[in-house]
Amino acid sequence: MVDKSTRRATRRSFLAGSGAVAAGVTLLPKLGWGAEEKKLNFYNWDTYIGENTLADFKGVTGIDVTMDLFADNDELFAKLREGNPGYDVIVPTNDYTERMITAKMLMPLDHSKIPNIANISKPFMDPKFDPGRKYSLPYMWGTVGIGYRKSRVDGVPNSWKALYDSDKYSGRIALLGASQTVLQIGCKYLGWPLNEADPAKLEKVAEMLIKQKRHIKTFADDNGQDLLLSGEVDLAMEWNGDILQVMAEDKDISYVVPDEGGLLWEDTLAIPNGAPHPENAHAFINFILDAKAGAAIADFIQYATPNAAAKAIMKPEYTGNPAIFPSDEVIARCEPAVYQGTEYAQLIDRLWTRIGAA
Amino acid sequence: MESWRRNPLVFWMVGLPPTAWLLLFFLLPLGLIWILSFAELRGLLDMEVTGTLDNYARALDPLYLQIFAKSFLFAAITTVVSLVFGFPVALAIVFAPPRWRALLLLLVILPFWTNLLIRTYALIAVLRTRGFVNFTLEWLWDQGNTVLALLGLGSYQLLGERFEPLELLYNNTAVVIGLVYVHLPFMVLPLYASLEKLDRSLIEAALDLGASQVRAMRTIVVPLALPGIVSGSILVFIPALGSFLTPDLLGGTDSQMIANVIERQFKSANDWPFGAALSFLLMYLTFAALALRALYGRRAARRGAA
Repeated sequence: MVDKSTRRATRRSFLAGSGAVAAGVTLLPKLGWGAEEKKLNFYNWDTYIGENTLADFKGVTGIDVTMDLFADNDELFAKLREGNPGYDVIVPTNDYTERMITAKMLMPLDHSKIPNIANISKPFMDPKFDPGRKYSLPYMWGTVGIGYRKSRVDGVPNSWKALYDSDKYSGRIALLGASQTVLQIGCKYLGWPLNEADPAKLEKVAEMLIKQKRHIKTFADDNGQDLLLSGEVDLAMEWNGDILQVMAEDKDISYVVPDEGGLLWEDTLAIPNGAPHPENAHAFINFILDAKAGAAIADFIQYATPNAAAKAIMKPEYTGNPAIFPSDEVIARCEPAVYQGTEYAQLIDRLWTRIGAA
Repeated sequence: MESWRRNPLVFWMVGLPPTAWLLLFFLLPLGLIWILSFAELRGLLDMEVTGTLDNYARALDPLYLQIFAKSFLFAAITTVVSLVFGFPVALAIVFAPPRWRALLLLLVILPFWTNLLIRTYALIAVLRTRGFVNFTLEWLWDQGNTVLALLGLGSYQLLGERFEPLELLYNNTAVVIGLVYVHLPFMVLPLYASLEKLDRSLIEAALDLGASQVRAMRTIVVPLALPGIVSGSILVFIPALGSFLTPDLLGGTDSQMIANVIERQFKSANDWPFGAALSFLLMYLTFAALALRALYGRRAARRGAA
């Protein structure tokens, strides 16, 4: 669903003392390490970790991290569904975390081995998709909204109408290629909950999209921000982090979460069942949740951190950026996607096929 | 032909590895997918093979048949365009001086040295609104205006008020361009192979006997190159039919092909049995098309003989 394969860090201004980061981490538990080889297999999104995080972790613990990359949650899920091929730590998005918990694919976390949990901002500690954080811990979060080119758009496009139900920007619009997200935000535009599951209502959203289709240039899989940057489109429905990257390159681009609200997402850290190095995995998650290590990652990738201690030591241009940290009222209008079972997924796919075929 | 009977050891040593390879990495996985197409979903991960035909019934829904038809159309257009472009290229290579031939053939296969994804992204850079084609057109437009101004016609705006870039990307034409670009070598190589064997004295004889160039081409070259045309067309048509990357990256909002639908069943929809049924339906339809062609070919040959 979430596609961040083109993530590139654009602000390379890195925390000056990354050596200090390593030195600052002394809270790592050292229980039972003798039994495990000093290795860890990390399965992550592209450019979604600090520049020196893995090296710093090795410096502190001596554990060698091998990082593999996946392009979207579906790839992650498909890779693990027939059994864990050897990954210790994975980064699924909230509804996929829920899907994996339902499918019993995740290992319960031992909170006593992750003392840095104390750094996490309280509202993140009891989400609906993982009550009590038994299986996952928050890594980064964000929204889906509209990235737009200021000089080519009338004011601020603060309604999804511009993308879903209007010919005003005909041929200059890109929507995401993620079927579920596109249909769910259509529900938001029509005033229904994001997770609306009534087939008749979803059908209405699909009909609206079929009518709107000729005004939409493309359903962009993972390059909406590039289309915006190259001038191919002037409005793109996108993940905030992707737009932030091109905002740094082009001052004419901006980001807004429309008044109807958008999607609130959270990427989580989890240990899949069958992980060969669970002890190391706990140590790694604890390291990432450390204040300084967490701040270094957030500073490099420019996504919103749920780590209160890390946020406290970040620069104001990060903490005060509304495209990274939307105001509380914007967040109040957004909703997270929940996992709704196989039939819902089939319905979404059928409607998406129809939209494409119409 | 029966010499292998006399030398069974050599036969087995040569024949066994490819057979085992084919069995292990092609027929076995394919068989598993085939079995899966008769399964039912049981929750998120579990599937039970019940022998149900529901997946096929769902796949025969007009919605999916329409996408099958569209994919066949895309593949057919790609094949025809590849043939139209590939035939002269193959002919030119055959008639090129021998020392050039190897180099020209190398140029035809050169794109294979680059990954498909990179070639497709390169095509995006060529076709997009601010891509190389439109840059060139805009430059020509500017030059044209300069010339008009020199002729004293500058104020009439004969070339339009401002340059309007062509919409080359994110539509069905872009998909066909992409498919032709990717599959052209598969057409040129078999055509070259069959044209190379062509006895040139036949062409000379035709021309000597008063046939025009076109007539010689139509009655001598094309019929003799027919095996190459047929195998080239099959080599282009089948992979083009199953493309999903090209429509995904170059296509617009209605460029969905059947392989895109199949891919989604294995990923976002998480419905492997249905995806398996769609895959096999695609395969059966391809087989049927090939069988029809063979049948038609045989009948035409018989009629020709009679």
